[in-house]
Formats: sequence, structure tokens, C-alpha cells
Amino acid sequence: MQTVPSPRSDGISRRYLFVGAIYGLWALISAALGIPALIYLLFPPKARKAEEWVEVGDITRLVPNTPVEMTFRKNRVDGWKVTSEKSTAWVVKDASNRVTAFGPQCTHLGCAYHWDDAKSEFLCPCHNSLFRADGKVVSGPAPRPLDRYEIKVNGTRLLIGRLNQGGEKKS
Amino acid sequence: MKARWRGINEWLDHRTGIHTAVNKFLYEEIPASSGWHQVFGSVAVFLFLVQAFTGALLAFNYAPTPGDAYNSLRYILTELTGGKLIRGLHHWGASMMIVVVVLHMVQVFLYGAYKKPREATWIVGVVLLLVTLAYGLTGYLLPWDNRAYWGTVVTTQIAAQAPVLGPYLTRLLGGEGAVGVVTFARFYGLHVLLLPPATLLLIGLHVFLVRKHGVAPAPGDDALPKKPFYPVQVFKDTVAIFVAFAVLLTLAIVARVPLEQLADPTDTSYIPRPEWYFLFLFQTLKLFNGPLEVIGSVVLPGVAVLTLILVPFLDRTAMVKVTRRTVAIAVVLLAAIGWSGLTAAAVMSTPKEKSVLEIDYSAPTDWLQLSPQEMAGIGYFRHENCISCHVIGGRGTPVGPDLTKTAIHKDAAWMIAHFKRPSAMRPGSSMPPIQLNDSQLNALASFLLKLNEGNATALDNAPDFAVEGALVYQQNRCGACHLVNGVGMKIGPPLNGLAKRQSRSWVEEHFAAPDKLSPGSIMPPYKLSPKDLENLTSYLFALPE
Repeated sequence: MQTVPSPRSDGISRRYLFVGAIYGLWALISAALGIPALIYLLFPPKARKAEEWVEVGDITRLVPNTPVEMTFRKNRVDGWKVTSEKSTAWVVKDASNRVTAFGPQCTHLGCAYHWDDAKSEFLCPCHNSLFRADGKVVSGPAPRPLDRYEIKVNGTRLLIGRLNQGGEKKS
Repeated sequence: MKARWRGINEWLDHRTGIHTAVNKFLYEEIPASSGWHQVFGSVAVFLFLVQAFTGALLAFNYAPTPGDAYNSLRYILTELTGGKLIRGLHHWGASMMIVVVVLHMVQVFLYGAYKKPREATWIVGVVLLLVTLAYGLTGYLLPWDNRAYWGTVVTTQIAAQAPVLGPYLTRLLGGEGAVGVVTFARFYGLHVLLLPPATLLLIGLHVFLVRKHGVAPAPGDDALPKKPFYPVQVFKDTVAIFVAFAVLLTLAIVARVPLEQLADPTDTSYIPRPEWYFLFLFQTLKLFNGPLEVIGSVVLPGVAVLTLILVPFLDRTAMVKVTRRTVAIAVVLLAAIGWSGLTAAAVMSTPKEKSVLEIDYSAPTDWLQLSPQEMAGIGYFRHENCISCHVIGGRGTPVGPDLTKTAIHKDAAWMIAHFKRPSAMRPGSSMPPIQLNDSQLNALASFLLKLNEGNATALDNAPDFAVEGALVYQQNRCGACHLVNGVGMKIGPPLNGLAKRQSRSWVEEHFAAPDKLSPGSIMPPYKLSPKDLENLTSYLFALPE
């Protein structure tokens, strides 16, 4: 800085220049760090291999309108890991032999529901949500029908794919 | 509006004193001679903050155990958008921080700013330099690749040589026996839990001392009026910070930070190298052999640090102009020459050949899963220069169709017929027929069938040595007896995991005379050219287990 005091108006505009440059440069630095950081944190990881179809079992033995809980092992991509975990599906065949596989959790708060033989309805023990055999809500706090797996039938074997939110797709 | 804002400010200041404190900090008076040469301290603090920020971001997706560290880092690099950039910033930021801290010290040293009453400021500064180096040392292990592992093996063994303290240091670093889970946990704990708050405290103390004694004046400053820190010096600091950041960002974008293969404690052929800023120590160590080694590894560095701490007490002369401090200038020059010489010697003695055959795991490596036939297909694709008319993975010239999009709709028979007479299958095609035999065309087709938009870039990354190695494998029909990635026959042993079972030299000799090394083997001898032998062996050694 000069030791000789410059004329007042000149000094003020010089000062504005410095202050403006300080704010401007810091804004650039913050943006160059902040934007990649947000992208890094918010963008989903690049999709790995499309989810495989998992075989769950034989559907010939299903009795119409009587759901059966079937257990299978599924690979789940969890960050940098692929974990093989046990999973279940409630599989039901309707009167016209159409098969549906429901996700095992109640759509209210995620409790495990079960099939109540006496009432012929799915009952969630947590808050008493009731669902029909086709997944529709009968009563209780559940906000939407049961979640459904994408399914493929290969001869007599049932294959299960992704789990879709109930009421999202009509099938 | 303005009045209201001032009201809020006053209210806040009354309760917290923040406004007064900031003003006191900004309008601190500094000597008239202050200027561009004093920006390095601010830049170092800025870089520390960048390290803390990018370090925290990395930690959000990083699992600090030897079992998971490598995989989670690969996940950051290959699957998260911006992951490479964040790691690049952290990696190069570490190097830049050391550069800037050293520049800061050199400036203070040249100007003699450590003189009475600023001795304590200098000593805290030396401790901060050591802390910066400690970050480099502990952070080096965290990727848990071969480089990290073997580098740390050497470090912990050097620590063990320290007179008297050696065994205790080893135990503290968890390096007793071998570098393993305990060492890893200790290094991680130091790197993220202990060092950062220590750094903050030390920076706080350092800045407090600078403010307490004031910025060191140059001779002649007494006669001149002081000036405020803000805005002119803050502007200069900001410009310097901006330049440093621009360099850092460019490095992070342009310069590749490699990730080697997962740490392999049984890999006896690995030659560890420290980070560039430790190379001079590494080279110094080579000058001392046998019982004298401890001089190079512990005594000399210890004496150097002690001398650095004692600088203000060794030089107690009065302050003179920087241009007249000839001894200081000579010391800096000598140190620079010594450092550069040792570093250059270390760089020149680094074996070069191996790096060509290294795989960069910081990029997707889907090609490792391909069968040898498909890998050979990549080779024909490259040899026939298909890329001059086709696009794969966003690379190439779009004269013909983008093969990542069209190849999946055809089958092998169609493709082979098309390769032989392009216009017969696709009338009007200007593609020339490919002059390869059926088995070669088959390999090319099998590669194209594997290609999709998700893996195109990853397959494009396949290193030349592996592709050429697979061509040698394919041409010699090794698959007629051996299994690779689940493809081939099981007459001979499967070749995945060969690197674990045999040494490189054994495999290379085995090609020439199989029955000599494994008696009773029905494998015929193969006379391969040295280049083919190298590529094939490297390819087989790169295969996943």
C-alpha cells in the first residue's frame, strides 16, 4: 500500500475493488468445492449389473386365493458390497390362475404381516392393517396396497425381480 | 433496510461480540513492508481446510478396515459421480500443503522473522510441519493397496530402528509382527481423530502468537506508518489462495491418482516407494548400510528436526534486510540443492518397466471378467482399427453405427457374415471386408456381443499388455486345456489365481519346458517371443482369483 494518502474518492473506489475481488474469488472457490461435493453426495451410484431374476419356487402346488410365504436368497447391492440375503415373498394365485408376489412388509410402517387363515386376509400385527388376498387395503392405517415384485413364470418355476410400490403400476 | 441490518448486527454483537472480534482481526495493523511474500501462511490454512472438507467427504463413503477400505475406495472412484475429483483434491491437496508449508518456512527463514521475540511462533511452526508430514505418513496406508501396504511396512520398520524408543514406537503403531488390522486402525485414528484437532489447536496457537507479537517488521518499518490488514493484504492472501486452488483443481482433474491392486502381503516382488516428499529420506537411507543404517533412518532426520527447532537460538543477530542475509540464502540454496539431488537420484533409480504392466484399479476393470476369446476380440478390434469408423464408449469416429447400441441386436453368425462381406448383410455399407480367419472373426464377434453401454468405457480401459496376452493365449489355443474365467477346458489346471500359486519366473520357464518343471505334464513346450511371453504372463497374473 502507498504511504501517501491518495485522494479520498480514489481511495474509496480502490477499496471497493479489493473488497469486490475478495468476495468474488471466495465465491468462485466455494462454488468449485461445493458443487462437486453436492454432486458426489446426492447423485446415485452408477448402476451396476441389472438385477437378476431369482427363482423362488414351484407354483403348481399353490391353492387359489391362499397365499404362501416363500423364502429365497437375493443379492443386494449395498454400496461397495454385494450381500446375499434371505428374503421372502407372499405368493398368491387368484381364481383365474394369475400369480402375484407381494413384498413381505406392511406398507404402513414396514412391519412383517402374515396371512390370517380364519379371516382370509393379510393382517399386520403392529397397527392392525388388513389387506385382501389381492393386496388391496381393507382397513387400518396402511396408505396403499401391498408392494408387488416383478415376476416371470418359467414353466412351473416362479422368478422374482424388483419390488415395486403397491398402487404404482396396475398389473 | 440498511438500518434494520445494522440493528441486527448490533444486537448480535452485543450478545456475542462477534462483530467486534472480526473487526479487531481484520483491522489489525501490519508493518508497511508487508505484502506478497507473506501470503503462504494463509494459503497453508486454506489447504488444511480443503483437506478437512474433502477428507470428510471421502469418509462418508469409506470403510476404515483392511477388509473393506480398498473396495470402498474403488466404489468412490468408479461408481460415485465426482468421487475421482474428491480423491484427487485430497491426494494433491496433501502434496500442495507440504509445498506451501515449506515455502512458508523458507520465507520466514529468509527474512529472519523467527528472531526474538518470535521464537515460540517458529517452534510451533516446526511442529505444524511435522504434523503435516504425519498426515502424509498415516494417510498413505488408507487406500490399502500394494503401494500403501508396502510403504507402511517400511515406515514401521524404520520406526522400530529408533534408539531406545524403537520397540515402544512399534507397539504404538500396532506394527508388532506385521502391518495388519491394528496398524490400520491406529493410522486411521491418528489421521482423522487425533491429528485434525491437534492441527486446529496448533494453528490457533500459531496465529495467536503472530497476532501477539505482530507481523515481523523489516528493517526501516519503524519509520513508516503501519497499515491495516484489511482489505489490501487480505486481497493479496485471497489471490494467492485462489491461484493455489486453481493449481490444485487442475491437478485433481488432469493428473491421474492411481490405485494399485489390493494389498498383498505375500507379494515379495513388490518394490515399495514412498510419496515424493519422502523420497529424499528414502535416498538418504541408501547411503548408510549395515549398523550405520540407523544414522540415515533416525539420527540424521532427528538432528535435522532439532536444528530446525533451534534455528532462532542459533541465529541471534539483529534483523537486517533480506537481501543482506547471505548466510540464510546460502543455507536455503544448499538445502534445496541437497533435497533436489537426493530426490532426483531416487526418481532415477525407480524401476520403470513394471509400471507399463500395472493395472489402474481406480478405473472400472470389467475387462478382467472377459473370457480370453473376448479379450482377444478387443485385440482384433484394436488391430483392425475399427475405432476409425465406429464409436464405443464415446470414443471413435461416428462414420458407421455406434457399436455399443447396435451390436446387442445381432447374433454371432450375422456378425461374422457381415465382417466377411459387409454389403451383403447391410446393402450400401461402405465398410471394407475384414481380412481375418474364422476363429479370429469369432473372437471379434464374441467381444462385440459382450459390449453394452454400461461396460463400453470399462472394456475400452483394458490395458494393451492384457489384450496382447489374450491374443497369444487364443492363438496358441491354451483354452483347449485350461480354464480362464470359467471358459475353456479342465485338462490342465485352471489359470485364475496363478499368481498366488507360482512365481513369474517359474511360469515363464515353464512355457519353454513344461515337463522339466512339472514332471509328467503333458503340456507341449511353447517357443514364444520375449514380448509375447511377457504379455501372456502378465495377462495370466492379472486374472482375478
